[in-house]
Order: sequence, then C-alpha cells, then structure tokens
Amino acid sequence: MPLLLEPSPSEIKEQKLYVDMGLTDAEFERIEQLIERTPNYTETGIFSVMWSEHCSYKKSKPLLSKFPTQGARVLQGPGEGAGIIDIGDELAVAFKIESHNHPSAIEPYQGAATGVGGIIRDVFSMGARPVALLNSLRFGELDHPRTKYLFEEVVAGIAGYGNCVGIPTVGGEIQFDDCYKGNPLVNAMCVGLMKHEDIQVGQAKGIGNTVMYIGSATGRDGIHGATFASEELTDESAEDRPAVQVGDPFMEKLLIEATLDIIKSDALIGIQDMGAAGLTSSASEMASKAGTGIELNLDLAPQRETGMTPYEMMLSESQERMLVVVQQGREDEIKEVVSQYDLNAVEVGQVTDDHRFRLIHQGDVVTDVPVDALAEDAPVYDLPSEKPSFNTNTQPLRIEDPEDVLIKLLQQPTIASKEWVYRQYDYQVQTNTVVQPGSDAAIIRVKGTDKAIAMTTDCNSRYLHLDPYQGGQIAVAEAARNIVCSGADPVAITDCLNFGNPDNPEVFWMMEQATDGMANACETLQTPVISGNVSLYNETNGQSVFPTPVIGMVGLIHQLDHITTLHVKEPGDLVYVIGETTHEVGGSEVQKLLQGSYEGEAPELDIMQEKTRQQNLLKAIQNGLVASAHDVSEGGLAVALAEKVMTTNFGMNVGLRGKNFVELFSETQSRFIVTVKPEDVSEFEANVDATRVGVVTNNGRFNIQFNGETIIQQKVDQLIDRWKGAIPCLVKSKA
Amino acid sequence: MKFAVVVFPGSNCDSDMFYAIQGVLGEEVEYVSHHSSDLSQFDAVLLPGGFSYGDYLRSGAIASVSPIVNAIKDFASEGKPVLGVCNGFQILLEAGLLNGAMKRNHELKFVCDTTPLIVEQSETIFTSEYEQFERIELPIAHAEGNYDCDDETLKDLEAHDQIVFRYADNPNGSKADIAGIVNKEGNVLGMMPHPERAVEEILGTDDGLKLFRSILVNWRETHAITS
Repeated sequence: MPLLLEPSPSEIKEQKLYVDMGLTDAEFERIEQLIERTPNYTETGIFSVMWSEHCSYKKSKPLLSKFPTQGARVLQGPGEGAGIIDIGDELAVAFKIESHNHPSAIEPYQGAATGVGGIIRDVFSMGARPVALLNSLRFGELDHPRTKYLFEEVVAGIAGYGNCVGIPTVGGEIQFDDCYKGNPLVNAMCVGLMKHEDIQVGQAKGIGNTVMYIGSATGRDGIHGATFASEELTDESAEDRPAVQVGDPFMEKLLIEATLDIIKSDALIGIQDMGAAGLTSSASEMASKAGTGIELNLDLAPQRETGMTPYEMMLSESQERMLVVVQQGREDEIKEVVSQYDLNAVEVGQVTDDHRFRLIHQGDVVTDVPVDALAEDAPVYDLPSEKPSFNTNTQPLRIEDPEDVLIKLLQQPTIASKEWVYRQYDYQVQTNTVVQPGSDAAIIRVKGTDKAIAMTTDCNSRYLHLDPYQGGQIAVAEAARNIVCSGADPVAITDCLNFGNPDNPEVFWMMEQATDGMANACETLQTPVISGNVSLYNETNGQSVFPTPVIGMVGLIHQLDHITTLHVKEPGDLVYVIGETTHEVGGSEVQKLLQGSYEGEAPELDIMQEKTRQQNLLKAIQNGLVASAHDVSEGGLAVALAEKVMTTNFGMNVGLRGKNFVELFSETQSRFIVTVKPEDVSEFEANVDATRVGVVTNNGRFNIQFNGETIIQQKVDQLIDRWKGAIPCLVKSKA
Repeated sequence: MKFAVVVFPGSNCDSDMFYAIQGVLGEEVEYVSHHSSDLSQFDAVLLPGGFSYGDYLRSGAIASVSPIVNAIKDFASEGKPVLGVCNGFQILLEAGLLNGAMKRNHELKFVCDTTPLIVEQSETIFTSEYEQFERIELPIAHAEGNYDCDDETLKDLEAHDQIVFRYADNPNGSKADIAGIVNKEGNVLGMMPHPERAVEEILGTDDGLKLFRSILVNWRETHAITS
C-alpha cells in the first residue's frame, strides 16, 4: 500500500505542494507549459529532482561554461559520467570528483561511504576499471565533540566502502576550519584505467532496444536526495535522515566486475549508473542524449519493499544500481554474463521514437512528458552578484620565538601527519601504488607500460575567503605543483565547486570570481576541466562555508624513473629553494595560529611565473637532476623544510636570510624545495633558478640559521612525534 | 607448476595474486570460481584477500561453505600446498583447515601498513627460501586480523612448530604476535600479511617473493623425485 494518498494535480497546484519539493512558482508554470497540462504527483517529483541544482546546474551553468575543456589529450570532456584523457599506448584514464556533503553532515558513515560508491560507478560506467580513490575533506576544529564524531565516522565510511570494493584510497587532503563545523565537506574522487576501445557512453540509442536494470533492488531510501543536496542545512535537517542512502560495497564490487564484463559484448548499447535522482535521471538523460524516448514498466523493476508508488520508485536513490540499453533480442547474452556474478539483469522497458519519457505502473500510464523537458529544459539562471566588503586591514604579526611557532604549526591538524587517517584506507590493493599517501601526490604505475599516473586533490579555501579570484588560481596552481613535484606532466582536472547559497549575491560573486581564477589558471597551465560537480547551499543556519572549489588533478609520468617524492634521500645532498619569499600572511596557517582569524590580502600569484618555474623544475626532474621535491604551502618555508625530513632518519642544516621571522612562515606562492646530489649541482644550477640554502645530514637534527643566528635546533624524531601525534591526540582527548 | 587462484564473490586481491604468479614468478595460473568443485588439474591453491560475501555474518564464514571449499579440503588432504592470505586465512579458519579464530583489531579500526615480521619457521614448503628468524617486511591491510586461540591450541601450535610468521611490532593484538600458521602436516598456510603485494622493489618491498619461490622450489624437488 502507498504510504500516503497522493494529491491530485489541482491540489498540487492550488496548495503549492511543489514548493516543498524545491520548485518555484515560475518553474512550476514552465513545467505546465512544457507538458501542456498540470503535472501529476509523480511528474512533479520527477521534474523537481531533474531541475534541482544537483542535476541541472541551473544556477552554475553560466560559470561552468568559462572553463577550458579541450586539449590534445582530452577524449571525453564534461557531460558524461566521467571525463577521459589519453595516456598513449591505446590506454586512457577516466576520472571525476563528486561531493556528498549534506548526507555526511547528517549521517557521516553512510554519507561518506555512498559518496565513494557513487563516484566509483561514474567511472566504471564509462568502461574504466577503477584504480584509485582520493578525497578532499573539510571539518570544523577538532576540539568539538560532534566534529570529532563526524571526522572519525567519515574516515571510517570512506575506508569501509573503498577497502571492501578493492580500490586503493591513495591520496587526499583535509583542512580544519570553524566555518565547516555544521557543514563538513566530503568530496570523493575516482580514477579509472581503460583501453580506448572500451569507452562507453550513457546513451539510449536504437528504437526498440531493451532497457535493462542491474544491481540492487529499489527501496525507499534516499528519496529526494538530490533535492536535499540543493538546500541549506538547518537544525531540522536531521529529520531528513531518510534522504541519506545506505551503501552495500559488496554489491558494488559484483557490479563493477559484471559491468566491466558486459562492456566486452557488442550487444551493449549504452550504460549509466543510477546516481542522484536514480532511475529518473539515468533513464531520461540516456534518452535525451540519444535523441530518443524511453518507456519503463515500473512493475518490472526489482523492488526491495512492497507497495512502492511510482513517485517513490522514481525518486529513490537506492545505491548500487545500473541502467543499460541492450540490442533487442540479445538480452539473454547480457543476463548470462551478469548471472556469473550472482546478479540479475531485468528487462524494464524499451527505447522509443517519440521523444517521450513514459512510465507504466499497474497498467496505467503514470508519467508521460517530453524527455528533453526533463533533461534539457530546466531554466538557467543568471543570478545577481555583489562584491562583499572585505576587511583588508591587518594587525602586524610578531614572532619572538620561531622554534615554538614551528613546533605548534607542525601540530596544527591541517599541517600534522594524516597517518591516523590513511592507515585506515587500503592504499596498496591492486599492487600499483608506487608512491603512498604522505607525499605531494599519489602515484600508481600502469602495469605493462613504463608509465605512471600522479593524482592530487587541493584547495586552500582560506585564500578564497580573502580573495576568491586569487584563491581559485592558487588552487589549480598548487595542484599542478604537487603533480610536477612527483615528476609528472599535469594533464587535466576535475573540480568540485563547494559554495554557499547562490541566491545570496555575495556568495554568487565569490563563485564568479573563483571560477574566473580557476579558468585562467587552467588555461595557462593547459590543464582543461574534463569533469566535475557543483555543491551549493553549504550553509548552516545561514552561515556559509568558505568558497571551496576542490581541484582533483591527474598528471602523467612518462617514465617510471621520473618518479620523485617529497622526502630527502641522502646525506650530503644539497637543499635548494626555488622562488623568492615575500611577507605574505593573509589566510596563512601562522595567522590562524597567532591571531585566530584570517585577514588581509591573499597571497599574490603570477601564473606565468608559476608556469615557467613548474616547467623548469619538471625538466630538471625528468633529466634526473633532482633527488627530492616538495612545494611550499601551509606553514611556509620552515614547515616545508621540516616536512622534507619527516619519517626519515636524516637531518638538515639550513641557512636563510631575511628581514624578520615572519618570512619563515609566509605563504608566498610558486615556491619549491628540492634536494640535489652533489654531482648534479652544476647542471642543476645551470638549468633552474634556485637558491642553495643548506645540506642534508645524517645526524637526525633539524637546524635553521636565520641571518647567521641559529634559531631552530630540534631532533627530527621529536618533531616527528609532535607531527604524527597531533591528530590521534586531538581525536582521543575528551573536550 | 600450475596455481589456482580461487575467486569468491567479493575477493579483491585475486588479480594481485594472479599477477604475482604469472607476471613475476612466471608460472602458470588460473582463476577458479567458488562454484567449481574440481581442483584436480592444479599443483597449488591460493585463497586471495578481499571481503568475500562482504564480510557479512563473519569474515570468511559464508565463503567457507562454498562448493569449492570441499574441493580445497580434498586437495589439502592429498598434501598439496594451500595458501590463504588475509581473507583467505579467515576462510581457512572458518573452514576448520586451520585452528583458531580472528577478532577485530585491538584498536577496532582497519589498519593498512607495511610491517616487520620474523620468519619463525624456515623449514616449511612455503618458507624454505627464507633464513630461520629472517626479518622481513610485508604489507598488511585488515580490520579483523587479531588472531586468537585457546591456550591449549597455542601450546599445540608451538609444540608442532606451526607458527610460521610472527609480528615484530604487533599491529592488531594477535595472540603471541601470530601473523601466520601452518597445519600440522605443513601444507596449509594461513597468514594475514600480503606476500603478493611485496613481489617487486617498485612496490617498496619484494620480501614476499621468496614465499612463492619456496612453493615452486619444493614442488620441483618433489616432482623431480616422482617423475
């Protein structure tokens, strides 16, 4: 039995029941015009999810169109499940990042787990075997009990899902700031490897072809998840817990293997996962993209519960489901392959020629609307924007004891070792992980070739908070720095735009500026955007998170011997800094530590200079002149130098010059620290504009002199203890 | 020599095991489905890691009643080598081919790392290429690797030299630092660390390769005698 008696079309209209589903009056009118009548309850629900920001990008489309999406290596740009780049040898890499912020705020374990599950399906539905997972997480400060709970459960959820499906979680980043206290960010990225010939698309081509359903049965979980994701969180959001899905990684594992098996069959025409808005979006998008129509008989769809209404089935976001289109008459071939994995493939409908989206339930037509109206005709808004007032006044920062500041910075959870986190992730399965979590970028080799893939996620939202344009540029530039330091050529990015409520003109202005900055950096660094996701309404009770456009970047290592890591390698190697340091503390970790807030100007970025430095460094790495490389980011030079000896038994003697101690922690952009073997020094210096600052030692001591005076003298193993112990200590402490 | 890699629904180290045998050891290897009940054409059986049946009920419990497990028991009773790694070890325990049980790690969290081990027995068909008490490093990745057994079983294991690997720095709370045990006959080995993840230097360690080499060397020796 249906849980509720459904309202009639006239009741929906008169009582404005569509408002609760997230549609405006004008949008409802537009639907009436498009379908030439008042929609019934199921149709209203279907339109509301398809026209949600999550599915239609109706408020962010004008910004997304600014991104460069073309490039010599791009095989598939935005618009499909994931973007694809060519890596040569007839091989390609598919990748995408996606948010699962709101579900994780309410139910962190399942929210994070299903975020991982969803992004994996986006990648293997393109025909690629998922070979790596990354994530980008934001939480409030770890001194709050609920934040600790969210942090522990999100990490456990990512581990629980990724470990079970057998895809290594190889990298990620975490930042802690008060603005994320009520609205954590959980962005998951998946990278897949495939042969060119196996590239699949989500299209329902061929009139009369059969639509089949594979995977978990549909239940009442996750109903209206996409709409929930397109609203602000409030104190009442916990009541939306039924909008959070529950994941079954075991089913996903079977689905991966079955899917990668059926793509070998030429009976398969198209494939798409049932993600946000489930059956509705997968079916309507596949038909719309192919220029066809689709008819589904809902009585045939596998159901987990009895008495589900068409509304519930179409809006369910039950996990681990795929929709495929199969050549008419060859359904049994697909069924036979799928059955080897103890799964069923079920015929649920067919491709039609009438461009309609039609649903049959218990013999009645319960939905009959133009398919393009759902997938293509959502309104696109040009939202008003207004520059907020920025307080650019700054208090002068004074540092008396740089040693004490360094030790405290190493214990800040944003800088401290994330070992507590990644020890819970299986980062080794598939035996390709050649650079494990903890270096600038993670690296997996490509078996059967001399190539490898470098991957990173990055975004320092504090800079965006102070200057979204610069911050947007820096996010892309920093990702590329990490890729270059690993010995890889930056190739392309995926992005996850996490912002507040776009209807607030000041938030929208931040979005415009951030995407302008990103687009410029992507253009200059020649890293096109090939996939992505937009997550808006990241607010709690009216308080927005910092603008956080997370960049997921993939780079290509042409030869395995180019692989370079962060840590110093041999005593006697010389330490160089690339890039001048200036006094820039706006949005820095040291400003947070000493002042407890962010103010002033974000660091400057000269993107052309950035490009030149990256190219020169990469060339030196590829020529074998660099023993180790690391970019300078949060905490500045002093922290970056210390990081180079963390987890080693080596030490370092460094001499720096400057005006005052603040420069040790200044976050000036476009800087790198590298070590060079003595025999390579002259060739390195001839090719790279760098300053020699010190030497790697074998005494396990970290010494810094500033203008000739010794200011930092620490045992490396003690620094390691502080740096490694910080997060476990914060998690365990009862605050 | 021909190896079988048994694939259960949810196995996820099967292709790593396959690659270690074919790509690195250079021997013949085939996947065998859990539906199968015939292992007669193989010389060694490998049970890979993963989450068979999603670890639902208990890790290894559902897989231990698969059709293939009867074939594995027959295979083992003929004295042929059976190696279970991680979830494969858990399945061997659940199937009663080895004694003891797995509890959740003492910190109640999944742990992934590379950890030092001591080869306690170098006179098995799985470890003859190692030195006695050799210290090696192998990757671990598990949530339920906290080996437990009653005191009598432990005494028995020690009396019959069945403890093959011990952790040098116990990562999961295992009783007596046990990382791997062999049956009394010496032909069934279960271990939580992953030798198949340590077969090439590019992966950080190739300390696992000697284990597979030992199996091969011992097979060649016995087959030189019989043939």
